[in-house]
This record gives sequence, C-alpha cells and structure tokens, in this order.
Amino acid sequence: MNVSSAKGSMSISSSTSTWKAGDTISDQFPAGLRVLVVDDDPTCLMILEKMLIACLYKVTKCNRAEMALSKLRENKNGYDIVLSDVHMPDMDGFKLLEHIGLEMDLPVIMMSADDGKQVVMKGVTHGACDYLIKPVRIEALKNIWQHVVRKRKNEWKEFEQSGSVEEGDRQPKQSDDADYSSSANEGNWKGSKKRKDEEEETDERDDTSTLKKPRVVWSVELHQQFVAAVNQLGIDKAVPKKILELMNVPGLTRENVASHLQKYRLYLRRLSGVSQHQSNLSTIISAQDPTFGSLSSLSGLDLQTLAATGQLPAQSLARLQAAGLGRATAKSGVPITLVDQRNIFSFENPKLRFGEGQQQHMTNKQQVNLLHGIPTTMEPKQLVSLRHAAQSIGNMNMQVPPHGAQSSQNNPLLMQMGQQQQQSRGQILVDSAINHAPRLSSSMGQPILSNGIATNVSSRNGIPENIRAPGYSQTPSMLNFPMNHASELPGNSFPLGSTPGVSNLTSKGAFQEDVNSEIKGSGGFMPSYDVFNDLNQHKPRSWELQNVGMAFDTSQHSNSLQGNLDITQSALGQQGFSSGQMNGHNRSAAVASKAMFSTGDAKELGSAQNVNQHLNNLLVDNTIRVKSERVCDTNPANIFPDHFGQDDLMSALLKQQESVASSENEFDFDGYSMNNIPV
Amino acid sequence: MDRNRLHNKVASMRRSLFDQGYLDDQFIQLEDLQDDTNPNFVQEVVTLFYNDSARLIQNIEQALNSRPIDFCKLDDYMHQFKGSSSSIGAKKVTNECTAFREYCNAENAEGCIRSFQQVKQEYAILKRKLEVYLQTVRQASQTA
Repeated sequence: MNVSSAKGSMSISSSTSTWKAGDTISDQFPAGLRVLVVDDDPTCLMILEKMLIACLYKVTKCNRAEMALSKLRENKNGYDIVLSDVHMPDMDGFKLLEHIGLEMDLPVIMMSADDGKQVVMKGVTHGACDYLIKPVRIEALKNIWQHVVRKRKNEWKEFEQSGSVEEGDRQPKQSDDADYSSSANEGNWKGSKKRKDEEEETDERDDTSTLKKPRVVWSVELHQQFVAAVNQLGIDKAVPKKILELMNVPGLTRENVASHLQKYRLYLRRLSGVSQHQSNLSTIISAQDPTFGSLSSLSGLDLQTLAATGQLPAQSLARLQAAGLGRATAKSGVPITLVDQRNIFSFENPKLRFGEGQQQHMTNKQQVNLLHGIPTTMEPKQLVSLRHAAQSIGNMNMQVPPHGAQSSQNNPLLMQMGQQQQQSRGQILVDSAINHAPRLSSSMGQPILSNGIATNVSSRNGIPENIRAPGYSQTPSMLNFPMNHASELPGNSFPLGSTPGVSNLTSKGAFQEDVNSEIKGSGGFMPSYDVFNDLNQHKPRSWELQNVGMAFDTSQHSNSLQGNLDITQSALGQQGFSSGQMNGHNRSAAVASKAMFSTGDAKELGSAQNVNQHLNNLLVDNTIRVKSERVCDTNPANIFPDHFGQDDLMSALLKQQESVASSENEFDFDGYSMNNIPV
Repeated sequence: MDRNRLHNKVASMRRSLFDQGYLDDQFIQLEDLQDDTNPNFVQEVVTLFYNDSARLIQNIEQALNSRPIDFCKLDDYMHQFKGSSSSIGAKKVTNECTAFREYCNAENAEGCIRSFQQVKQEYAILKRKLEVYLQTVRQASQTA
C-alpha cells in the first residue's frame, strides 16, 4: 500500500485496518457488507432482510426513515450502503436520500413499486446510486456492493487527483483496495470525488492525511463556518486547504472539507437549477453549484458527477442552515444534471444574479447585495453564497456558463464552469443576501421572481447558448467571458423580463467576475459579454419578471435552464439569451450565458448569475449578446425554438462568438435562435 | 395420507397455483429463501402479508366510502398495497391493483369501487388457496 501519502495509504492500509471485520473481511468481500434497509412495508422489509442475509451481507433493518437516520448518525461508519423505499409515511425517500448524501455520503439505492420515469429520474437527480423496481429480486441485491466499491474508488481517485502532486504513485489503482475498505475511510476523502478543481492544491493533502479518518458530521454550526469560510475566500478561491484554515476547527481534515465542498457545490447547483418559482428566489441564492469556484477547475467535473454528487439535498442544507433563514430549501435539490431539464437550474440563481447584477452595477467590485430583493429566507448558506457570488461575480462571472453551455455537449469544462458559476453565484448571492438581506427582500424580491420565471425561460432559451458550448467545452477556460465587466454585470440590470435570454445574459454578466477574463471565443463561450455591460446598466429592477427569466444570471441558468425552459422561451427570445436551455442542459446554457455576459460587465454579473442558469445555454450561444439594457428587446419570438438541440446551441453560440463584438451593450440576440431551445 | 402422496399433492397444488396465474415468480424467490435456518419462511411472510394488508384494505374501504373521494390518498394506499402483494408474488391481486389505479387516476369513482371489489375477491381467493397449500406443505414436511 502506498504509504507515501497519508491519503493514499489511508485508503489502502487503513482500509484493511478500518475494515470492520478486520482484515479477513476484505478477502470475502462483498460478504459482510453492512447494509441498512429502510422500508415501511413489513412484508417487503422482511423479504429484503432475508434476501440480504442470503447474500451474506450484514443487515440492519428499520421501518422508519427517522430511525434510519439516527442509526446512521450514531454510527457514522457503521454502514456501507443504504437501501431505501421511496414511499414512506414519515419522510419522503428522496429526502432521506439527500440527508444521507449530505451527512454521510453513503451510496443509497432507492426502491419502489413505481417504475414511472419521473420517479426514477428523481432518484437519479437526487443522487441515488441505483433504483430498483419492486418486487426486488435477490439477483438485484447480489450486486449492490458494486456501488460501494465504485464510490470509494471515485473518491479515492479524486483524492488522488487533488493530491496528485505529491504522489504520483498513489494511484487510483490503489483505490481498488481502498474501495473495499469500510466506509470509515471514506469520510475523509469523500468529497474529493471528482472535484478536481478543488484538489488542485494537492500539497495540502499532506496536512491531513491520516490513515483512519472518522467520518465527520457536518453540524449546522460547522456548516455555517464552512460557508462563511467559503464566502470569505470567494467561491472561486475556495479551496479546501484555505477553507480549512479559515475554519480552524480542530480535528477537521482537508479531505473532510474537500468532500463537503463538493457536496455543497452540487447543492448550490441544484438549488439554482431547480427553483422555478418565485419562492425559490430565496433558495436560488444559495447558488447551487458549489463547485463553482473556478471555471477552469471545473473541467474535471462532468455533469454526471455533479448529478451524482448533487446529493446535497436542498433540504438538508436548508435544515442545516436554515436556522434563521427559514428559506425554502433549494427547491430543486436536484443536481443540476442535465436530466432535470425543467429547472435544474432553478431560477434561484438567476434571481440572485439579478440581485447581484444590480448590485454590481453599483459597485463593481463590491459585494453586491444582489440579494436585495431576495427574500431573505434563504438559508444562511445561500446568503453566504450570494455574497460570495457577488464577490465572485466580479471575478468570475462566467464560471458558470461554461457549465451550462457545455451541457449540450457535455463538456466537462463547461459544465463545471457552469457549476462553478452557479456555485459561486450562489455563494455570492448568499453573501449578498446575508449582508443585505433586508434589502434584498425588497428589491430582489422582484427580480428574483422574475428570475425565477425568467430562469425558467431562460433555461430554455439558454439552450441555444449552450449550443455553442460544445465548442467551448474544449476550453476549460471558457470562462473567458469577458469578465472584465464582471463588476458591472448588470445582472439585474438587464431587462430580464423581456427575454429569458436576457436574463441569462445578465447572469452571465454576473459571472463575469473577473473582469479580465475575457471570454474568448475560444473559451467556447460567448463573446458576447457585452450583454452584461448593458445589463448592468439597467436598473436592477429592470428585469421584470419577464426578463427575469432570462436574466437569471447565468449562474442560475445553468440550472434553471432546464427547468425554465418551458417557461419563457419567448422571454428568452427577447434577450436572445436563451440561457442555455439547451436541451435541458442548463449547464451549457449557463455557460453560454456566462460567456455572454462576460462582456466584462460587472453589472452583468449580477444578472449573469441568474442568467447563468439560463444562460448556460446562452453562453454557449454567443448570439445571445444580451443587450444590457434590454432584455426584451430582441425579439423573443423566435428565441426559442422548440428544440434546441445542443448542436444548435453550440452553433449558435459559436456564431455568437464570432460575432461577439466588443460592444458591450449589444445584445444581438439575433444570433441566438432560441429555436433550438428544447422546451 | 402417506408421504409420497402428500408430496405429490403439494407439487400439484403448487403447479396449479402458478398455472392459474395466482402466483408468479416472486413467490419462487420466497421459496428459495427458505432454508434450514428459516424453515417456515414462506408461511411467515404470507401470514405477515395478510395481517398487514388487512389494514390497508380497511383504509381503502374508508377512503372509498368518504365523500368526496380523495383519489390521491386512494392511489397512495393502493400503491402500498400493490407493492406488498407483488412482493409475495400475488399475481392476480397485483393485476387487479393496477386496474384499480387506472380508475383512480381517471378519478372514476364507480370504476374504483368496482375494481376494488375485484381486488378484494382475488385477495380472498388467494388467501384461501395459500392457506390450504401451506397447510399441506406443513403436513408433508411433518410426515417424514
């Protein structure tokens, strides 16, 4: 076992040591796998238990979700996998799934007699490893151990990647051994799953790697400390090591933080993607994509991961943080995966973005209180993220877009970017929200709502943007968005109301966090950041609801793109932002939108963020040059074609790219034909 | 009855339960789970099913009798009932449940009521058949 790095060794050597049964177990794996099965139906429970015992697993059964959770909590490392029914009286199975994902990060398999596509999809988006249709046969249970192995392996790999610097030899291969290790090890580097960006600072790994790391339970306070640290650092700079330092919690390891950060990002993404309703406004702020930190770093992330890791349950987070905010937990709770087209990118983000955009508008680099209209119901986290997002907007507006934009193409980069954006956005938003909570509610309220709406729309529209994304995916740096404007992203300024697309743009602007990062076409996104500039100019409120959709700051749009697609296609059309509705790949749209926003308009940032979600598509689609001020100018009418094939989006985006003039305030939506926006 | 005859009887009863569509593959899964450590597993599960499902049946009855009918709740109960019955391999019962849910989705009260009668009927028939069958199984195993 490689002992070169604590981490690596952790997995290998420690795995055996931590392996419950002791070293002998590893030989007999998967025998002895510790399964927790939850089902309110006693007949099913009895049968499942018997089947699992027949598979030589160690079974613990309970018929209530609350009981299951408390068992898991009191014995954090006591289980390897959880099997849960979807339909339970005391708690929804998906909610349980989220809790487990957030707190314990165990693989969870859902079961139900319901084999409807929606439900299965919900399972996927909430992060379930698998979904079994009842009646369950023993053959299906014989293989559940693969999920445990896979998860460990992924975590290990991620872990490795981040710390790759140090040890080249500690490789994922070892993870195989590690995989068998009990969950005890997992806790530590769980988060590293595919969070390459986080792991960039590999050096930090040494500080924490210990062989055996007990799983950490993220209490509300701990989580708040975490969020505060993240916001302080800025979503793009929030790397585990620094977060750890800021948090200054004894006994907490970098891996714990990394793992949690990943989940947080997913959560944020999910939040931004899912919220469709106004009520989501508050949640939006939470910036869904934790991974948002840096676009470039996103590259590693692929949607899948995001989706999978999107376990960050909105609810859990909400619970964790909601202490005072009482915000509606992320609505979507669902990872931004492409699958969830509807609102993967909840409008929330866009909304936030708007807030931000507005704020930004006022101060480029200041913390925008984007949230000012945003109901402060947001959870602290969200607020924090908002704030953070606000900050980051200046810098990285566009992070998100990549995500969205690419979605169509599945460019990991894009996605990541989108994700990141969202995250950052969320963070920013949250922060802003927190700071300006009072303001937010009043001012943001509107925008947000509109965002929400817009996001929906934008998400749809966003797609076109995303189309471009594909092209962009290649360049992780998609974030080229002219971040210059970052501070300016009017985010809110753009009359989001008019076109969803616009909203996206704004969000993009929001993303623009770094003014200097120009969104080069090469980046794949949108050259049209100008949009953001324009956006900035508008007053935050400018985005009316209608626009809001569009303006959803790109950040959101990645997520919301999907969800919102249906809503305001036309709205987006106006803006030309189709935030990247791309086929439900909000991400790309977001990216696209981001790109668009990157016009370097800080103002746009605000909007960009929101738009982001939508924009994902937009971003991709350079055509979305959102004119800052008007979101609705462009003829929305055709903005959203019904099906926005990713290709279309990408091409649109590409087109846009080319045409991206530096004119910031020009949103030529013409390029965007939202037509492709899949509704 | 001597052992062989009993065993033959068991076999033919079992065959007919499957042939007539009362039971499906899932029941075989239960049988496979039965072993020396759990020699009465199938009986236990069936008993548990009938005891627990009685409660669900009652809930459905009540929901059907209330006015206005809450189709959502009805569907919910039936979903649970269906899950349960399918887990023991009660094929006909499960099929009737599916039919019921269709009426429920269509909010067809009349259809629901009629369909539920079918559900209860199949449920009762199967219960009787299983009781006889399992009793014969017990007898056969006792006459070693």
